[in-house]
Amino acid sequence: MTLERTTGRPARSSAAFREAGALGWARRHRAALAAAVILVFPLIAPFKALAVLILVYGLYALGFNLLFGYLGVLSFGHSALFGAGAYLCGIAFVHFGAPWWAAIIVGAVSGMIVAAIIGALAIRTRGIYFAMVTLALSQCVYYLFYEAVGWTGGENGLRGVDVKTIDLFGLHLDFVDPLTRYYVLAAFVIASLFVLSRILASPFGAVIEAVRENEARARASGYNVPLVRFVAFVLSGGFCGLAGALLALHLSIVPIETLHYDTSGLVVMMSLLGGMGTFFGPFIGAAIFLMLENLVSLWTVHWQLIVGAAFVICVLFFPRGLWGTLLERLEK
Amino acid sequence: MNGLSLDLLGLQLFTGVALGALYILMAVGLSLIFGMLTVVNFAHGAFYMLGAYVGLWLMMHGANFWIALVVAPLAVAGVGLAVERVLIRPLYGRGIDYPLLLTFGLSYIIVELVRVAFGNTGYPVDTPEALQGAVDIGVGYFPLYRLFVIAATAVILAALWFFLEKTSFGLIIRAGARDPQIVRVLGVDVSRVWLIVFGLGTGIAALAGLLSAPLQGVIPEMGGPILAEAFVVVVVGGMGSLAGAAVAGLLVGIVVSMTSLFAPEMSRVAIFALMAIVLLIRPQGFFGRAGLMS
Repeated sequence: MTLERTTGRPARSSAAFREAGALGWARRHRAALAAAVILVFPLIAPFKALAVLILVYGLYALGFNLLFGYLGVLSFGHSALFGAGAYLCGIAFVHFGAPWWAAIIVGAVSGMIVAAIIGALAIRTRGIYFAMVTLALSQCVYYLFYEAVGWTGGENGLRGVDVKTIDLFGLHLDFVDPLTRYYVLAAFVIASLFVLSRILASPFGAVIEAVRENEARARASGYNVPLVRFVAFVLSGGFCGLAGALLALHLSIVPIETLHYDTSGLVVMMSLLGGMGTFFGPFIGAAIFLMLENLVSLWTVHWQLIVGAAFVICVLFFPRGLWGTLLERLEK
Repeated sequence: MNGLSLDLLGLQLFTGVALGALYILMAVGLSLIFGMLTVVNFAHGAFYMLGAYVGLWLMMHGANFWIALVVAPLAVAGVGLAVERVLIRPLYGRGIDYPLLLTFGLSYIIVELVRVAFGNTGYPVDTPEALQGAVDIGVGYFPLYRLFVIAATAVILAALWFFLEKTSFGLIIRAGARDPQIVRVLGVDVSRVWLIVFGLGTGIAALAGLLSAPLQGVIPEMGGPILAEAFVVVVVGGMGSLAGAAVAGLLVGIVVSMTSLFAPEMSRVAIFALMAIVLLIRPQGFFGRAGLMS
């Protein structure tokens, strides 16, 4: 394993961390700041249910961004990781009577397992093939879950992921209350933020970015590039699987749409709208996307037209996304 | 294996070839566009759907199937030309993912525009009168229309082969796929070639969509599954290879029709299993050159 051969952080990352001024301070404490935003958010959000969705899809986008933004690999099959997390969490809860926290762990782990299978096949191809292969394999996962009606409920989705109350350290929490639910799920998301921030600040995080910036040089420096890709894909699967599990608990049903191609496309849009390769950008992208969807669908059923156009404009004129463009302005 | 005769197998084989014909048309367009422009066209499924809907609109307004079969692909090719010129061209040189993302966003817009114009529900499309019924092909009666789809695909492939291998413009395309810089140095306007190739690819996708309409009807979402399946064909055949697209398209079509005979519930998973096997044994595909996509 060549990953351990890193000696110290490459210049780019350490410079970013030693940066002076307000921006440097914000960057060092990015996970804590993001956590603060998440804690305050439901108090200002108009609809609590929407806030929970933003939380879940934000985590999904963060996991995707690890791959797309930091490693520079575009996957169009992330619905398989998200959906597998949701379904396996639901199956553990409904069919095996697992407690809610164990079901969440099962979801995150199954996201990683599915990512390992898809990743092992997809990293055999390089560059642009990756998007096509991941899309095709996620389609395969979709059909497998669709056909396994006994376990998954097929077309109707998996029903009965009902968590009513949560007993934790003597606390008795009402999970039906939207605000309580938000904060219970937020605990998982905030923990993920700290883990993700730690991964990105680690030597491995620097190697990920090195592969994105110059694959040939990374390989020449002795890093095992396919292994880096594989590990990043599996880690991404863990975050996305966790997000799926949280969605299952929130909706108390796992709709088959979680595995659909559109769910893969959704996270691509969210990440790009917010700003790929920035720490909190994907989360903001998820918030913008979901609020836009909610607002636009108030006056037209054809919200996809508006969202699609916004995405195309973003690709053409703001490739760094809204948050990324904002950060760029601040740095100047 | 009761009641399973050789004739039934033969018929199912032909059904697979007819299905494969549609895959071939999709994969050829994708492959051409990628080979020249290094753009993975995620809107290819949307153009396929658009071709079917434009054809449907023409037939609603009095045109017969044959006119629609000529006009609809030309109209969609026109849309494709505009898309390349206005939307994709600014993105060249900005990283390989951006044109892909753009066509992905575009597919949302096209699908939604069709929903605005035609509604969310699908339409059945009648088989043209001259092609109704079935003919005896030796192993049993086979729908005439499916034979027509096979024949039409063969004609398109032959024409494409002739165009690429025997005309001077085809020579430029092949050279441009190898090394666009040298072609530009030799005084060829490469951007014009790219424009035409994109139009050609989208036109063929539209033709495939319209050909599929009498078999499966039309709905706005019809482009999604076939896009994933066309990707499988391209991966199996090898990107940028006409022969690869043809062989892999036939293979995938036959695999789908055979598994739907023996294990119907596995028919939709089978082609992805096939792709996984090919990726394990030969990641660059049957006819692909190793390292082309690095």
